[in-house]
Parts: sequence; C-alpha cells; structure tokens
Amino acid sequence: MSMKRRTFLKGSLMTGALGVAVGAGLLKPKTVLAAWPEAAFSADTMDAAMSAIGGNGAAESDQIKFVKTPEIAENGNVVPINIESSIAGIEKISVLVNNNPSPLACQYHLTSNCDGYVAARIKMRKTSDVTAIVKAGGKTFMAKKTDQGHHRRMWRLISYVIVR
Amino acid sequence: MAKKTIKIRAKMSGGKAAVKALVKHPMHTGLAKDKKTGEKIPAHFIKDIICEHNGAKVMHAEWGVAVSKNPYLSFRFSGANKGDTIKISWTDNKGDSDSAEAKIG
Amino acid sequence: MRKLLCFAVAIGLAGGLTVANASPDDDKAAFQNYFTKKFPQTEKGDFINGVYSIDAASREQWETIEEFPPYEIDIEEGKGVYEKSAALKQCFPDADKGIAHNYPFFDNDKGQVMTLALAINNCLKAAGEKTLKYKKGKMAKLLAYMAYQSRGQKIDIKIANDAAKAAYEDGKRFYYARRGQLNMSCAHCHVDNSGMRIRADLLSPALGHVSHFPVYRSKWGGLGTLHRRFAGCNKQVRAKPFKAQSEEYRNLEYFLTYMSNGLDHNGPGARK
Repeated sequence: MSMKRRTFLKGSLMTGALGVAVGAGLLKPKTVLAAWPEAAFSADTMDAAMSAIGGNGAAESDQIKFVKTPEIAENGNVVPINIESSIAGIEKISVLVNNNPSPLACQYHLTSNCDGYVAARIKMRKTSDVTAIVKAGGKTFMAKKTDQGHHRRMWRLISYVIVR
Repeated sequence: MAKKTIKIRAKMSGGKAAVKALVKHPMHTGLAKDKKTGEKIPAHFIKDIICEHNGAKVMHAEWGVAVSKNPYLSFRFSGANKGDTIKISWTDNKGDSDSAEAKIG
Repeated sequence: MRKLLCFAVAIGLAGGLTVANASPDDDKAAFQNYFTKKFPQTEKGDFINGVYSIDAASREQWETIEEFPPYEIDIEEGKGVYEKSAALKQCFPDADKGIAHNYPFFDNDKGQVMTLALAINNCLKAAGEKTLKYKKGKMAKLLAYMAYQSRGQKIDIKIANDAAKAAYEDGKRFYYARRGQLNMSCAHCHVDNSGMRIRADLLSPALGHVSHFPVYRSKWGGLGTLHRRFAGCNKQVRAKPFKAQSEEYRNLEYFLTYMSNGLDHNGPGARK
C-alpha cells in the first residue's frame, strides 16, 4: 500500500499540493479514497475473494470474536454480525459469508484510534460460515463462525406438531 | 437537496466515542426480480461510507450488495470528546451520495 | 399439500377459550390466564414482544436490531407526512402527545369500530386531501409516528353498549372460525399451537399481538400495518383475505385489542 495514499486518508483533504489540485478542479475530493475493490466484491468463490483481499494464509486467532451473532439467523435478509478483536494495530476487518454468491460482504478500514470492533447487518442466502479477516501490522488473522442462515420452508417440521 | 437518509447516534461510552448509524438505502443486489414486471431490479447499493471526526477521517467502510437494506454501521474510537462533530458520508454505485453530522453526546 | 391437510385435521380444536354468553371481561381473563399458564417463564407484560418473549435465541438477535431499529427512519418520515397535511394537523392536533392508544373504539354515531387508519382517511377525504393506501407506505409511516408517541400507554379498549358488544362478538367469532383451504382458525396457530413451529416460524402467542403495530418486518423489508398482516395470515391458510379496514378486520382488531387490555402499547416494532 502506497504511503502517500495513507496520508491522504488520515488528514484533511485540502492541504498542500493536493489542495491546489482540488481547487483547480483537477481532483474531486472523493478521488483520494482508495478505489472500491471491484474484483474482491465480484469474486464468486471464497478462494478468489480471499486472494483479492490478501487473506490467504491468515492465521486462525482466538483474539477475534463473534459477539451477539446468532447460530441460527431468524431472517436471511438481516443477520446481525458483531466482531470484537483485541489484536493490536488493526488496519482492516473484512467480513466474508462463505456460501454467498459473492462471499465478500463488507470491509472496514480503521484508523489507529478505532477499537477492533465492527457491527453490521448482512444478507445470507443459506447456511454458511461467516469469516472475519483482520489485517494488523502487516499480518492477517482469521476467525470463523458457523451460522445456519435462514430456514428454508421445511414441510417435515409439520411432524413435530402432530406428535404433540 | 435535503436527503436525510442518515440517522446518527454518537455518544461517549467508557471514554470512547461509540458511533452508530442507520442509513435509508434499498441495497438492491441486482439478483432480485420486480414482482410486478418480472424484470431484475438493477443493483443499487452503497459502496463507500466514511466517518469523520472533527473533519478527520476515522473510519472508511466498503460495502457490497450483501449488506442489508437500510444498512447499519457501528464502531468505536478513542481520542474524542463530548461535543465533537461526527460526520457520516456515503456514495453508491449510481453516483448518489448523502452526508449528515451529529455532535457526540 | 396432503401433508398440510393431515396437519390441519390433526389439530382438532374443541372450542377455544371463550364460551358463548360470557362477558368480554370473562373472555379476557380466560385468554390472558391461558397464556400466562402456558408460558410460565414469560412475564405477562412481556407478551407484547411476541415470539421474543418466549424464545431466548431469537430474542438476542431481535434486541440487537431493536437497539437501532430500521423503523426509526420511518417514524421521522411519518412525522413529515403529518406535518405536511393541514387536514391531519386539524383532525389530530395532539398527535405528538400520543393519540394512537385511543384506538380502536366503537363509534356510536357511525355504528362501527373506528380504527386510527380509518379515522385518518376519513379526515383526509373530508378535507379533499389524497387518501392513503392502508397496508404500507405513507399510511404505515404515519401510523408508526403515531404509535411511537403512544408507546408505554396501556391498552384500554372499552365496550360501552350492546352495539359495541356486537362488534366485539363479531371479531371473536372471526378469530375462532375455521377458514381457507387449510381450514384453520386464527386460534389454531396463535392459541392452541402458540410456541410451536410451523414451517420455519415460531408461532407467536395471541396475547399482546396487536401492541407493536405497525411492524417493520425483515421479510417485507419495510413497514406494514395490522390489516396487512391479517390479510397475509388469511392468505397463508389459503383463505381469501378481506380488504384492509373492512368491517371484518376492524371488528377483529377490536376483539383482539380488547384481549390485550392492561398490556402496554409498544409500537412500532421490528420482527423477522
């Protein structure tokens, strides 16, 4: 990652040469954001998504916890995910839903003042693991949570009622 | 153009600023079909959402279509005080955007 | 399909909790006692939270969502709808102090149950403003705003005379009558089989059912009114739904709300 880009992200957009460029209409402020990672979000397999976000070889870590994240999601449209990590120097947290059509759901670029914590409400198409990839100090770490996604309509549940 | 799509709750908690936001946005995946026309509803989703604290960027999230409709954001950071300004801005794949500010309570 | 028919036959329901010629108060006492006995771990006041009052696993997810619920945006938009309408401000000047808990009531002049939604459209129509559709959209947002202002108020429906009692009895009959291809009544699922699963859903108890409307359902991806849900439930047993704000549904709402007298209003709510 270019050091120049990191400086843009941290400070005010209107200083120095950059300010001149913006003022002259050459750059729109939002240009200085790193481009939205098209390839990573379009990747349709876990392998491809992990590759695209630099998650390959991430070490499993018990310092990444899924908190208040359900085993069985009530509704696949709105699954609440809460990730807490005590790893030092976190730069990025990525959330992947292994069995979604495009596994990468969202990514959070955190500055050094941020807690290793993000919460999201995501869509899960079916039963799937949810994987968190944490990038900190040049290394990557991961943790997984097994989630049952939303129930599909199951006719055989009727037998439960008759037995009663 | 008054959009008002963002609700922010920012408050000090345990010495840190806890920021939560709810954004009104359809977050269409591009896979679902319109029930009336049978046509696929084109993807329409927030790609980038940024939080600034007193003008400095503190968090930048990249979202894809798997983020739920009327998306939710929550994170915490230190180095803030009550009364500081939190600004949340988003842009979506159609080039629309909105932003809102709130004071940390 | 055959499996479902077997299911329907297997649930024989003798006659429900209420007895003909019992007073509404007796009905209500029997109704509330049935549920507090059936779910002893649930505090009576908590039934307004539906399945989440009887299922801990889904409760945690629900609490996560209620912490910053999606309907908050709808409440603000509903307030906007109210403030932009001269008619609504005139008909309901105390909306911000909470008026939703005064509904439904039996309107003696009109000889019918008056719901807030019907009152809203009556008001708009009389003033020549555009009326609203009853199931979702602006009406639902407006009701969400109104419901929110009445949060915490006690449900306190009154039945003051014979005409009102007749409407109540009509609603009660509807509740216990079998309908649709599946030949099931509301009571089959929400009284007899409350707490059981049907397909992928946990059946919510009828006590406290109406307290949290309009409801933001994840399934709908948005807000819907009580009558929208009535229609949906009727369709689920393959019965032809009635029209929102029809006499049938208004009387049903009247009966059902009376059954929850004493519990708190807690609308709008979030559900799966």
